[in-house]
Amino acid sequence: MSTNVKTETPPAPAPVEKIKVKVDGREVEVPKTMPDPMTGKPVPTTMIQACQAIKVDVPHYCYHPRLPVAGNCRMCLVEFGTPSLGPDRKPILNPDGSPKISKSPRPAIACATPISPGMEIYTNTPGVKLMREGVLEFLLINHPLDCPICDQAGECKLQEYSVDYGQTQSRFAEVKVHKPKRVELGPRIILDDERCILCTRCIRFTRDIVGDDALGIVNRGSFNTLTAYPGRVFDNNYTLNTVDLCPVGALTSKDFRFQMRVWFLKETKSLCTSCATGCNVIVGSREGRVYRYEPRENDAVNATWMCDYGRLNYRWIHSPDRLTRVILRTGGSESASDWKTALPQLAAKLKSAAPGSVAIIGSARQTTEELFLLGKLARHFQAVTDAPPRVGQADHLLLNADRNPNTNGTVFTGIAATPPGANLKKIADGIREGKIKSLIVFGEDVTRHGIGTDLLAKLDLLVVSDILPNATTKAAHYLLPGCAHVEKRGTFVNAKGRVQKFMKAVEAKGDARPEIEFLSELLQGVTGGTTPQSLEGLFNQMAGELPALQGVTWAALGDTGVTVQI
Amino acid sequence: MIVNRKKLNLWERLYLPAVIGGFVVTIRHFFKKKVTMQYPEQRWVVPEGYRGAPYLVKDQEDRTKCVSCQLCEFVCPPKAIRITPPGPEGAADAGNVEKGPREFEINMLRCIFCGYCQEVCPEEAIFLMKDYSLNAQSRDELIFNKEKLLALGGVHNDKIQKWKTKADEARQQGLEP
Repeated sequence: MSTNVKTETPPAPAPVEKIKVKVDGREVEVPKTMPDPMTGKPVPTTMIQACQAIKVDVPHYCYHPRLPVAGNCRMCLVEFGTPSLGPDRKPILNPDGSPKISKSPRPAIACATPISPGMEIYTNTPGVKLMREGVLEFLLINHPLDCPICDQAGECKLQEYSVDYGQTQSRFAEVKVHKPKRVELGPRIILDDERCILCTRCIRFTRDIVGDDALGIVNRGSFNTLTAYPGRVFDNNYTLNTVDLCPVGALTSKDFRFQMRVWFLKETKSLCTSCATGCNVIVGSREGRVYRYEPRENDAVNATWMCDYGRLNYRWIHSPDRLTRVILRTGGSESASDWKTALPQLAAKLKSAAPGSVAIIGSARQTTEELFLLGKLARHFQAVTDAPPRVGQADHLLLNADRNPNTNGTVFTGIAATPPGANLKKIADGIREGKIKSLIVFGEDVTRHGIGTDLLAKLDLLVVSDILPNATTKAAHYLLPGCAHVEKRGTFVNAKGRVQKFMKAVEAKGDARPEIEFLSELLQGVTGGTTPQSLEGLFNQMAGELPALQGVTWAALGDTGVTVQI
Repeated sequence: MIVNRKKLNLWERLYLPAVIGGFVVTIRHFFKKKVTMQYPEQRWVVPEGYRGAPYLVKDQEDRTKCVSCQLCEFVCPPKAIRITPPGPEGAADAGNVEKGPREFEINMLRCIFCGYCQEVCPEEAIFLMKDYSLNAQSRDELIFNKEKLLALGGVHNDKIQKWKTKADEARQQGLEP
């Protein structure tokens, strides 16, 4: 089922015959067929797609552009008409020459009705409004209306359409049907069956996209209940996407449950850093704290999904032991310092280093710009460089075996050896033999990669920049606190060569600074050359110098990135 | 604009009639009902609908009515309200309400007594009461926490008790709410 997640821009499809329809009196030309979200085969274009083409909003719950059509919520009912044909199968014309439209006596659901040439769709007639009001009233009959305690409040379709088509008072005099609340469907999902409107988006997603047929609806009529298959746990790696898909607050994330109301969250366009797929995400943060990641649409990378592993991998950002101070260590004594003292001092020390006596270990978790600056530093010292690989288990959808977000960035900038990690032993040997006297480490614990604390103790100069403490940061002579990716801007190059940028969501704590800032200053202190002050300028300079990024500009990256040859 | 100064006539220039006239007013008030209040020994009885300090209330069954929906925090113009939501476990003693504030703070120095919080509250959990004189030795003392707000707010007699009704309905249908 991985066909749905297109990781490459598909080849331009063969030109499809276009047909003209009218939406609310405005003419629009749409292709006769569109690719099926599941199989990719051409299927007739539906009325809702035609309406979307002309930016007419048709309310809907069960329809989702990336899922098979179910047509069960009935919210997208519209009225329509088709040109009437005479006995000679020719269109009957009005006196003014326009085709005579015979209006259909009954409405149709826009999500599942194909369009035909000359069709007219009416989405704003009094009849359509009445139908929407009726459907909504039915959906609300057994809905508990517990918006004050519902995590979906603020981004709930039921709330939104209630504002548009809802009644102020319920006409339902009987007692509502009560269903189980707080059902643990899986380790990350809590289900409130009372809120469910039975749209089956979650069922279709987990069955057709993930291929894990874990959910279903049991019981009849108003006792319909969403549940996991008896004895099974809904615990595949994509369960939290059902929380995003759920148009109401039935499926809620255990991680985000009762943490913060959604209207407080600032949304920042960012990337997931947990593997080389580079899923586009929206970071929801408030007052310097990250509350959640949500997938962001990008057809070339992750469609609209992301895995639970990546989504929940953000807690470390607010770890209490984050490095926040510049620390100097000389002869066993440790002292807190600041950037103004440490950087010139460090630059002076590095300046006197003999060519070939320096080694640099970067990280494939760094941004491409940081790696580019590190590469410049490496060329100045003729340094041996590398970036350790990080490998895990891949899955059939999005999760990549390469758990580094920017392995291709390390390759493009020449930081990584071929294959990545091959130079680590060389560096260890160099230190052992005394050839390498200075080591610069960014964002990696080298003691896990064959350069133990005994070797680190032999170095004359150990410069370490990291976010969280580890055995390497404890041995550093110069410890420079860096930023997590949500605290800075930059670009990553994913496994398929997609260059994507991410934005800053929260401020860094303490003295921590974005790495490109102090790397630029360090580079200036060591080589005397200057680097562009802005990230945009730095990226454009890098794109000009690196052959792999030729022709790419910061502006061209947009929100969804640019694919380059790898 | 030029105001022409009228010349005073003889009677006015005599001065004493005006002074005596002033004394007459004073003496008249001397025998009238007194309006000055001996604050703080005497306190003003505030009228109905007066907007004093906002406090939290409990219902007659001793349930904290606030469910931590944070609408008051959102609507508060001077950002005087700060709520800490309960987190994934919810509120321990909330029963079928599931949610309640872990902490609820109102900075009374910031509060402008506008009443938006009371107006927006979907649970009738916060009310502007009649306190108009809030004093303290430090700024910190005027940031009221949940315990203090609940103690000051007291009990609000809830006629509907929607959460209790919901729980009773669910029990009748054989479900544990």
